[in-house]
Amino acid sequence: MVPSDLRFTKDHEWVRVEGDLATVGITAHAADQLGDIVFVELPAIGRTIDQHATFGVVESVKAVSDLFAPVGGEVVETNDESLRATPERVNSDPYGEGWMLRVRLADPSQVSALLDAAAYEALIAEE
Amino acid sequence: MTDDAATAGLSGTPLLERHLALGARMVDYAGWLMPVQYAGVIEEHRAVRSRAGLFDLSHMGELFVEGPDAGRALARALVTDPPSLAIGRAHYSMICAPDGGVIDDLIVYRLGEEQFLVVANAANTAAVSDALAERLDGMRVVLDDRSRDTALVAIQGPASRAILEQLMDADLGALRYYAITEATVAGVSALVARTGYTGEDGFELFVEWERAPEVWDALTAEGAAAGLVPVGLGARDTLRLEAGMPLYGNELDRDTDPFQAGLGRVVKLDREEDFVGRAALARVAAEGPRRRLVGLVVRGRGIARHGYAVLSDGTETGHVTSGTQSPTLGIPIAMAYVAPHDAGTGTMLDVDIRGQRVAAEVVPLPFYRRPS
Repeated sequence: MVPSDLRFTKDHEWVRVEGDLATVGITAHAADQLGDIVFVELPAIGRTIDQHATFGVVESVKAVSDLFAPVGGEVVETNDESLRATPERVNSDPYGEGWMLRVRLADPSQVSALLDAAAYEALIAEE
Repeated sequence: MTDDAATAGLSGTPLLERHLALGARMVDYAGWLMPVQYAGVIEEHRAVRSRAGLFDLSHMGELFVEGPDAGRALARALVTDPPSLAIGRAHYSMICAPDGGVIDDLIVYRLGEEQFLVVANAANTAAVSDALAERLDGMRVVLDDRSRDTALVAIQGPASRAILEQLMDADLGALRYYAITEATVAGVSALVARTGYTGEDGFELFVEWERAPEVWDALTAEGAAAGLVPVGLGARDTLRLEAGMPLYGNELDRDTDPFQAGLGRVVKLDREEDFVGRAALARVAAEGPRRRLVGLVVRGRGIARHGYAVLSDGTETGHVTSGTQSPTLGIPIAMAYVAPHDAGTGTMLDVDIRGQRVAAEVVPLPFYRRPS
């Protein structure tokens, strides 16, 4: 089930907005498609990322995939320490302990253009 | 997915229905619709290292070579000397082009005085069959490509012998590594070989195409208590990489000779009969290869992947052929071609991982050896 309180991109990232902060991760569908995740590379805290730009990579045993920023802004926190030790959390808990970034939104209106849960469910059903 | 496969022109093995029922993720592999994973690559990998795994390898090519000249003909076609095999034994071999480039790597089994089985990679079966047909021409030998009539099921891992013995009337203790015998498995007549591509003890079962599901089901049922699981191509790749075994298309190709790949010992130059590629390979043996396959362990942060550049003091010395996070060792491992002077154990190199230079150390192959 796709959590109803999140917004999504067609690239299978999710966003949870609280005030002007957005938490970012990849969806359960994406994690499942990638398979066993063994490596996550995230940007440094303090960096500014642009919406739609590559902000990192996620690697399964088989392959490397780019991560695309669903929203732009300054990276204020990352889950790097936890995901370095236990990248498999992206598979086991993609919407919780597998989170990746916390971004201070540059432009909150970017969020409203993202997919809601129903639209994202429809998207993955098509795949 | 079966409909997609049909429209994409992919072949299915006799076990396709089993894979779909198990919920496997299917991929196009050399024109075959094959399972890449079932429960997950790491879980499947660990099952083979600690218990047992079941593989569908029916996509691979089975070429039977029979006739009074079969051994002599193969000795001229391949880099090994199949007539030196005792009946019921096998060896690793390669078929090379006249320039020494590898057309495919193979297992050659001697089934009888005048009968051999050559097992080729799925993607190369047609090329091997064509090359053999050309090289065997004019000799008293028949080449019979039974790839589409012969299914191949492998059971690999420390528990594989005990599981398989429950389904046979024979004791597998007598079947040595790289040996093959006729046997009945779960009522199905089979060629049972003690070979594999995982670094573990294990067996490969050649059976009639239509009978493969019976063998698969019997092994699945018999192995359940011992923790046997189905294993896809994803874990097959990580298992063989840990075991330091080459994969055609990664470590081997037409532009690579056996000596570069560290497989010079396979090439039997010390025999009288000529064979295709001999002159070129003798020259490489004398002069040394222009590059060498090495094992790498990434010491910095990142995973070296196929195609990434390898640098020595900032200058490109080669490229990565295969790389992954080793499920058994928990570290990033890779194989790479590098210049001979960078190939020594302990040499510190860098891998260009998406623009970052990450330290990697040359280590001996294999990365993993099973506890004996």
